[in-house]
Amino acid sequence: MLNFLLKRLIDLVPTLLGVSLLAFFVIRLVPGDPVMLMLGERGADPKVYQEMKRELGLDKPILSQYQSFLINSFRGDLGRSLVSKRKVTEEFFGRFPATLELGLCALFFAALIGIPLGILAALKRNSFFDYFLMGGSLVGYSMPIFWWGLILIIIFSVGLGLTPVSGRIDVLYDVPTITGFYLVDTLSPEVLAEEGLAPFISAISHLILPSIAMGTIPLAVLARMTRSSMLEVMGEDYIRTAKAKGLPYKKIVLIHGLRNALIPIITVLGLMFGSIITGAILTETIFSWPGIGKWLVASINARDYPVIQGGVLFIATMVVLINLAVDFVYAVINPKMR
Amino acid sequence: MQSNIEENKSDYEHPLRDFWVGFSANKGALIGLAFILFFVFLAVFAPLLSPHSPSELQENALRLPPSFYEGGNASFFFGTDDVGRDLLSRLIYGARISMGVGFLVVFLSASVGTLLGLMAGYFGGKVDWLIMRFVDILMAFPSILLAIVVVSVMGPGLFNAIVAVAIVACPSFIRIVRASAMEERKKQYVMASKTFGASSFRIMFSEILPNCMAPLIVQISLGFSDGILNVAALGFLGLGAQAPTPEWGIMLADARAFISSDPWLVTLPGLCILFVVLGFNLLGDGLRDTLDPRLKK
Repeated sequence: MLNFLLKRLIDLVPTLLGVSLLAFFVIRLVPGDPVMLMLGERGADPKVYQEMKRELGLDKPILSQYQSFLINSFRGDLGRSLVSKRKVTEEFFGRFPATLELGLCALFFAALIGIPLGILAALKRNSFFDYFLMGGSLVGYSMPIFWWGLILIIIFSVGLGLTPVSGRIDVLYDVPTITGFYLVDTLSPEVLAEEGLAPFISAISHLILPSIAMGTIPLAVLARMTRSSMLEVMGEDYIRTAKAKGLPYKKIVLIHGLRNALIPIITVLGLMFGSIITGAILTETIFSWPGIGKWLVASINARDYPVIQGGVLFIATMVVLINLAVDFVYAVINPKMR
Repeated sequence: MQSNIEENKSDYEHPLRDFWVGFSANKGALIGLAFILFFVFLAVFAPLLSPHSPSELQENALRLPPSFYEGGNASFFFGTDDVGRDLLSRLIYGARISMGVGFLVVFLSASVGTLLGLMAGYFGGKVDWLIMRFVDILMAFPSILLAIVVVSVMGPGLFNAIVAVAIVACPSFIRIVRASAMEERKKQYVMASKTFGASSFRIMFSEILPNCMAPLIVQISLGFSDGILNVAALGFLGLGAQAPTPEWGIMLADARAFISSDPWLVTLPGLCILFVVLGFNLLGDGLRDTLDPRLKK
């Protein structure tokens, strides 16, 4: 197992280098002069032009540009946004909690519904319920979430008036940034003393639709995974032994079956981080959710290249590190790996 | 003796027939195939089927509701959009674009992916390591994000979106072909071919590739669904096809402003995307069940 982990660590180096190269070339591969493109309508004042070129480091030879890009990235300096003039890292971490909060709620929704449905489908294998559920999960898996989000808005916000259409919280409330998670920050003593539970409820009602939209595909994946994992485990010898011992059926399913079936499911949950970001890009655009997905799309439309470069580097590095962590966890919790 | 031979003969079934027996027993796969054939039919006969031109503006018929609603006009079955274009005709032409998009994405990603996957699986060693690191790098970027990066470099547009999504789709083809090629490489028929002096190229393409077809065909079907979905998503974000192309993703984005007044403008293009994607996913699932020998009875 140690060898496997060591090999994974070594393979990480070229991967991260490749990721950084790709991010590095985002600006430099743009056809034409990137500085001119970024200046756009602000005119081509030669002084401004030179200044920007120097600021972006585009006046140096390409190798030394990459070198300083790598060194700066390691120091946590990803340059400044052309639009807001703020540091890319600052902007990223200002918005990341919003995306993380939404992503965790979406995964929670997906796991809460998907795993029990998967277990039920496995236990009632080949029944009408099983077919119905697996058909439904395929529909969920095929869902264009940018459409699904709009349909949820049409039904629940426009039609029934139950939930707000966009944003994270009602504009009436001013929530102090403590953790960046509104579900936590709205429960801080000062907010509770001033406004009571209303901000917290507002935050929850804003989270419902985006979480459903973003959680639908993970839900479908989890339901299918849980079903097949349960079916596999329930055919194992130790389940037969447990049955032969005369243990109650519930206990066999939940303790002997589910605990082992969960190993691949936990892995899949961990690997879903990447698809959460994809989901965030679309969901945040629909619900005007102030997270990194919406930020990246806006940056692309504004040709804010330092933001695209930095954001992409950040996200890809996180995906790589999380996948590595999932591999480690898998190796630790799966007895077959020892 | 005579009867024995005849018995054997009747036992023999052509592989395609064998495949069809398994495939047609799978209701989901048949439903998927029906969806796909329906949209292929729309795509092929779009000019004959659509009552209006997809770009024809009806100045006095803006945002008409579908004809079966109050205020609808019989000549615009699904109503018109915000500039007075016939929604039904645009949806029919949209099938053309989506099917073309799916085909191009799969064609590009499957050819590059198969080549790299065969090389990685057959040669192993350094070639494999290099190709797999390339896969790792691509997989580090969440699919839409990578496509967005590519589009932000190449500029928005339908063709650029297709290339971007095809790049995103490559890793799954590489991994699938590589896995089967690694298995096949050790088998005796490859060894035999080698002793006869066949070139690596020949062994890869005419010996190993035909034996990797089952998972590859399944992935091609799933590739269509992913490709269509991702290109539509880029269109929705304004990074794919541009107006006035009748592409379902942009049609959705354009309709967002009328979400409360004219919900059908949002509902119908999305339903089309859903059914096409679902069709290919159902087909892919059915093909996997039929072609994967491990699941065979």
